[in-house]
Amino acid sequence: MLAFLIRRLLQTIPTVLAVVLLVFVLFSVVPGSIVSTMSDDSDPQVELRMKKQLGLDQPVYMRFGAYVARLATGDLGASFRTREPVTTMIAKRAWPTLQLIFASMAFAVVLGVPLGFVAALRPGGIVDSAAMVLAVSGLSLAKFWLGLLLMYLFALKLGWLPSFGYGDGSLKYLILPAVTLGVSPMALLARTTRAAVLEIMTADFVRTARSKGMSETRVVKWHVMRNALVLILTTMGLQFGALMGQAVVVEKLFSWPGIGSLLVDSVLQRDIPAVQGSILVVVLFFLAINLLIDVLYGVIDPRIRYA
Amino acid sequence: MFRMIAIVAGLGLALAGTVEAQTPRKGGTIRMTAPYGSSFTSLDIHTTQRAQDEIYAKALHRSLYVWNSAAGKPVLELAKEDVVSGGGLVHTFKLRDDAYFHNGRKMTADDVIWSYNRIMDGTKAYPGARFVRVIEGAAAVEKGQAKDISGLKKIDDFTIEMKLTEKVDPGFYFFTALTSIYPADEAVKESFIQKPIGLGPFKFVEHVPGSRIVLERWDRFYKPGKPYADKVIVSVMGEAAARDVAFRNKEIDTSVLGPAQYVAYQSDADLKGTVVEVAEVFTRYMGMNTSFKPFADKRVRQAINYAIDTDLIINKLVKGKAYRATSWLPLTSPLYDKTMKPYPFDPAKAKQLLADAGYPNGFEFEWTTSQNESWGLPIVTAVIPMLDKVGIKAKVKQVETAVLAEVVRTGDYQAFIYSQQTGPDPQAALKCFHSSTPQSACNYMNFKNADFDKLMDEAGQADDVAKRGQLLQKANALLYDEAPVWFFNYNKAVMAVQPWLKGVQLNATELTHQNVEDLWVDETSPAK
Repeated sequence: MLAFLIRRLLQTIPTVLAVVLLVFVLFSVVPGSIVSTMSDDSDPQVELRMKKQLGLDQPVYMRFGAYVARLATGDLGASFRTREPVTTMIAKRAWPTLQLIFASMAFAVVLGVPLGFVAALRPGGIVDSAAMVLAVSGLSLAKFWLGLLLMYLFALKLGWLPSFGYGDGSLKYLILPAVTLGVSPMALLARTTRAAVLEIMTADFVRTARSKGMSETRVVKWHVMRNALVLILTTMGLQFGALMGQAVVVEKLFSWPGIGSLLVDSVLQRDIPAVQGSILVVVLFFLAINLLIDVLYGVIDPRIRYA
Repeated sequence: MFRMIAIVAGLGLALAGTVEAQTPRKGGTIRMTAPYGSSFTSLDIHTTQRAQDEIYAKALHRSLYVWNSAAGKPVLELAKEDVVSGGGLVHTFKLRDDAYFHNGRKMTADDVIWSYNRIMDGTKAYPGARFVRVIEGAAAVEKGQAKDISGLKKIDDFTIEMKLTEKVDPGFYFFTALTSIYPADEAVKESFIQKPIGLGPFKFVEHVPGSRIVLERWDRFYKPGKPYADKVIVSVMGEAAARDVAFRNKEIDTSVLGPAQYVAYQSDADLKGTVVEVAEVFTRYMGMNTSFKPFADKRVRQAINYAIDTDLIINKLVKGKAYRATSWLPLTSPLYDKTMKPYPFDPAKAKQLLADAGYPNGFEFEWTTSQNESWGLPIVTAVIPMLDKVGIKAKVKQVETAVLAEVVRTGDYQAFIYSQQTGPDPQAALKCFHSSTPQSACNYMNFKNADFDKLMDEAGQADDVAKRGQLLQKANALLYDEAPVWFFNYNKAVMAVQPWLKGVQLNATELTHQNVEDLWVDETSPAK
């Protein structure tokens, strides 16, 4: 297991480097700069001084070298605009982001997986049809629109929940943004689970288990569920990454403090260190989740570890 | 249109009347919103010129002057007196001796001088430098040629002398939060950016990035009996639809309205009474690059103004949430000339002018725009067919706002559409068109006209305020005739205000920027 982990960790290094390089190069060529967003009216001589101070007068390869050297020591640099360390900026937003992502995924798993199972156990029935209508709807809904709808219903009409904000970070503030963000992965998980279960139910080993006289509950519990988990976990891993991206819309809509809004504002203001830091954290999170999923594969199906 | 202005003025008087009629209530929480983005840029207000950030800064910080909305001009805030000498160039300010920072230390002249020197640090490009630059020697500090601003002198702990480079009213330069006075000893600490300290009526409590800033009453604020409220919460709410739900749900006290919501609120009997509006000092326009051959001819530029049905766009597309521009200086400018009439929609005249200028078959140009709904792509899209009818073809070049800001300053365009601050100081707004003003500053059209320069120079030398005003109005009229831009509109800022929030000021410089110490909430506010 240790060798497997080390191998997987080593594989992440080129990915991280590629992302760092790509982001760096992109923001070196994209038009607009921090200097032009700072003031409507500045002297060209002053602009030059500022560029020198920020190191923007250096060639791209030198800036990249310096950035990677700092990165190796865990230093993400300081924001061009606020001069605050980027690590501090990200740290302030990391917990709310994780709260939102994990709550959304919990909602998706708790609702989507059982829904997919139930639908697959009675294919073509009322439950299956209803579940799939729900799943297709969930996948088709625009998050912005859904969020507004939920706000309107649960905050304005019913008065059960606050319509926006982080409050004290308690559950009542988290519910609406998490559900808005979680509906799409919930629908996808329901469809994936249903498809996986339907396929496994017709597999030879399931037929064999039944022919040995095993009860249907035991067949589903020991053979179907465990095998379906591999596909469900794969979907979950991919959805974690998607949620990080989609959270931007939900954060803005609900005034939820997260890395997404930091990233968007930093891009608009050409605050390169903040952009690079935010993207790096998102990528590392995605890689960490996928590493965890890979480890879980091995736990669920030992054959994968040796493959 | 003037009926509309009368309505706005009437609304202002009604609001003022309401405030006078009731005794302000102490206590409660004011819940404002910051509608221009998904976060605050920084807790160091010297580093950011976004209107979003000044909303909280008005509660936390104070500058030498403050904007008085009722008077429509800046008035002394941290100084009790300004004695002018030296032919109008030297101002001696007697500072307040009762202004305390939120750490309990009294403000002195050293803090003012330190703050202005900080803003002129050229390696940081603080946006407030464009205001402080008016002090003699400030530009040298900015360029790294001097350490301290030579035109600033401490006479004693509560007296400073400020020598200016030109005869202007310093109030227009030192009222925004960009020139806030910081405590010199605290602002140098790294912790300052996490927990800022100011002179404002409310002190910092908490910042949840991307969500809110919470402030509480500063008991040693220098205005007796103020502030009224115990607490101010400024929530970041960039989505108009989300603000709408929160406002209707009584979770927030103020909400800026866009064109669509403006119409919806006006037609809703329950919400109509919550709407306040003011003509802000911003002019929206299409700038024309005079180095692009067709636009070098005044007749072509005038033809563009005649070819566009501006009123139609304002009424249908902007939903009436703007005032027709009749010159560069906006409605709320002290020098706005009511006698000036807008260019009428007259395609025949436009065609004639084009023919006279040697373009009987029109020409083609590239129009750079952002996506902004009020002065960006939707407007450009509506104008293109109108120009097409007189033979002018426009190709759209869409860019981000950050890129547009760079494009206009470098002159890398044939035409662009923009919103520019044109007040409150009319002299500063018109000076942008003086040939000595670089394009990178605010002469974005690279306008050069000897007659205009002469009028501006004479105005700059005039000691008599009335005469200066007349000269500036002439310059404004000349600019209108020269038409370096398509004069589109002046922004009408609209905000919904809950009935329990009192004392809202119709601030023409930016409606969301409220002197929070004057606001109060009555007992019907759901926020306790």
